[in-house]
Amino acid sequence: MTLLTAALLGAFHGLNPAMGWLFAVARGLQERDRSVVLASLPAIAAGHLGSVAVVALAVTLTGSLVTATVLSILGGTALVAFGLWRLLSTRHFRWVGMRLSLPQLAAWSFLMSSAHGAGLMLIPLFTGLQAEGRALPGGLELAVLHTLAMFTVAGVIAVVVYQVAGLAVLRRAWFDVDRLWAVALVVAGGLTLAQA
Amino acid sequence: MALWTPDPTFYPSPRDAASAPAERLAYVAAFDRQASRPDAIAVLDTDPGSPAYGEVVGWTDLPYTGDELHHFGWNACSSALCPYAPHPHVERRYLVVPGLRSSRLYILDTKDRVSPEIVKVIEPEQFARSGYSRPHTVHCGPEGLYVSALGGADGEEGPGGIAVLDHTSFEVLGRWEVDRGPQYLAYDFWWHINHDVLVTSEWGTPSMIEDGVVGELLLGRKYGHRLHFWDLRKRRHLQEVDLGDQYQMPLELRPAHDPTRTYGFVGVVTSVEDLSASVWTWFHEDGRWQVRKVIDIPAEPADPSVLPDVLKPFGAVPPLVTDIDLSVDDQRLYVSCWGTGEIKQYDVSDPFKPIELGSLRIGGIVGNTPHPALAAPLRGGPQMVEVSRDGKRVYVSNSLYGAWDDQFYPEGVGAWLARIDADSFTFDERFFPNGDAFRGLRPHQVRLQGGDASSDSYCYP
Repeated sequence: MTLLTAALLGAFHGLNPAMGWLFAVARGLQERDRSVVLASLPAIAAGHLGSVAVVALAVTLTGSLVTATVLSILGGTALVAFGLWRLLSTRHFRWVGMRLSLPQLAAWSFLMSSAHGAGLMLIPLFTGLQAEGRALPGGLELAVLHTLAMFTVAGVIAVVVYQVAGLAVLRRAWFDVDRLWAVALVVAGGLTLAQA
Repeated sequence: MALWTPDPTFYPSPRDAASAPAERLAYVAAFDRQASRPDAIAVLDTDPGSPAYGEVVGWTDLPYTGDELHHFGWNACSSALCPYAPHPHVERRYLVVPGLRSSRLYILDTKDRVSPEIVKVIEPEQFARSGYSRPHTVHCGPEGLYVSALGGADGEEGPGGIAVLDHTSFEVLGRWEVDRGPQYLAYDFWWHINHDVLVTSEWGTPSMIEDGVVGELLLGRKYGHRLHFWDLRKRRHLQEVDLGDQYQMPLELRPAHDPTRTYGFVGVVTSVEDLSASVWTWFHEDGRWQVRKVIDIPAEPADPSVLPDVLKPFGAVPPLVTDIDLSVDDQRLYVSCWGTGEIKQYDVSDPFKPIELGSLRIGGIVGNTPHPALAAPLRGGPQMVEVSRDGKRVYVSNSLYGAWDDQFYPEGVGAWLARIDADSFTFDERFFPNGDAFRGLRPHQVRLQGGDASSDSYCYP
């Protein structure tokens, strides 16, 4: 169940154009070269993994200092607060610039994922692992699994859009998943708090 | 309120934008030269199926006088789809309208209404926080709304530059430039967004323009004659390109809409050697930015007795290329010759070898050529030119800038706005708002509902 949830959340991130596949496609279109699309995806996934892994580490470190209940309360509160902020703020992620090296692209992905709260949603899963006493290795495994799912979905979409579908599909299909995500963060945080 | 799906007027690529529906409304900046009445945004009906086609159907008076509206822009455009910071669920809804003389800016809401409503006024003192005055061109870009400005703040002549406004609150965030290098004069700007490069052009400081063109400065080659290239990301000056000081006033910048390309066009008002006008192509080659003159439009000899004082010594009418516009598909360039009263259409599929496809005469200092819909001599000439997203319609208005209108058309510049069918390159005889339609005000820039050829940047080819 924990594994499936982590993978599904990863797939959801892979689906979101803002989380990377769109950047990969843009870079490919700019150079008119599919290999640029393919080379961009691992860098984007690496940034995403970093962002999620930081949360796993933070939960582990905090978990070693406090009880499971306190950890759940802290985690749940963080989720609700971040979700509400994403929901109510009109600010959007800003990054100025298109011509990035692959390390810069990974940094972009790390920041974008973090601003999005990508790893926060996994807090309930991480705290669950903490309660089972296998926090760090388990947490990092989850982060990797999550990122693999994200990478796979983003990769498939990027190649399909680049080769076949074209970007005009964005005009209708791009639902504001970020806002849905913010609501989901708040709900997940609420559930965590309720179970604490 | 944000949208759940992207604003339907945003298009990923220029190719997609060319399939956009035809505009039903056009917004026109109109100003009172006497500064005794408020300037206004006039709204034209551009739907040929409508009974009010070609008429002014909306009107928004501003609350002050003496703003001198000139250029304006949208709060959001297709660049919201750019992959590095996408936020396409905002609305293209607000017009950002600077007063070139007053340094005041207005935010107008266009949603669900014909006459826009003023929702915010940015006073000159607030705009001065950027270090600038005399705001001009507006583009929606990566870090917010970019507004070029001709003068310095607090009575300083310069340098002119670019101010950044917040996307949503419209607060003045400050000056854009981190390192401006040798740049001092300012006018227009735009960018090659996918190459992280910004381009600026030069006109003059407030004292050089506000009371008309100054003959000694012009003949002394003191107006702008350079382009500047900048790192859009680091906000640093990269390179200056001098066209030669005889080429006075490179104004409107029209980079290719295709984001993979690194060329664009700039119009030069006049050469002090022979009063000709020109269009130049800038391009990136051998690791540096370069320019090449690709269109030369000679002055037309004329009897000094029919010329305004400013031109009598020369015995010729300069074309005065004061605006150019590039179609969204980068195939057609439109060049207005405000002095001779001519609008030219070029095939620029090869940006280094434009081919003239057509020319129309209307107005002009000597010609006073009438419009087919009205058998009366016209003053003013084609000036601001705007092209619809599908490239099929071209709009031209006739006023340049108050004090300069008076010099070149001392008997009054009039007020008119024409629409041209791009394929046949003929005037639309049903579309000619003029004279009293503008209530004594002079029409300047036109913005088309949903976007036009000079409003949007695209991140995907």
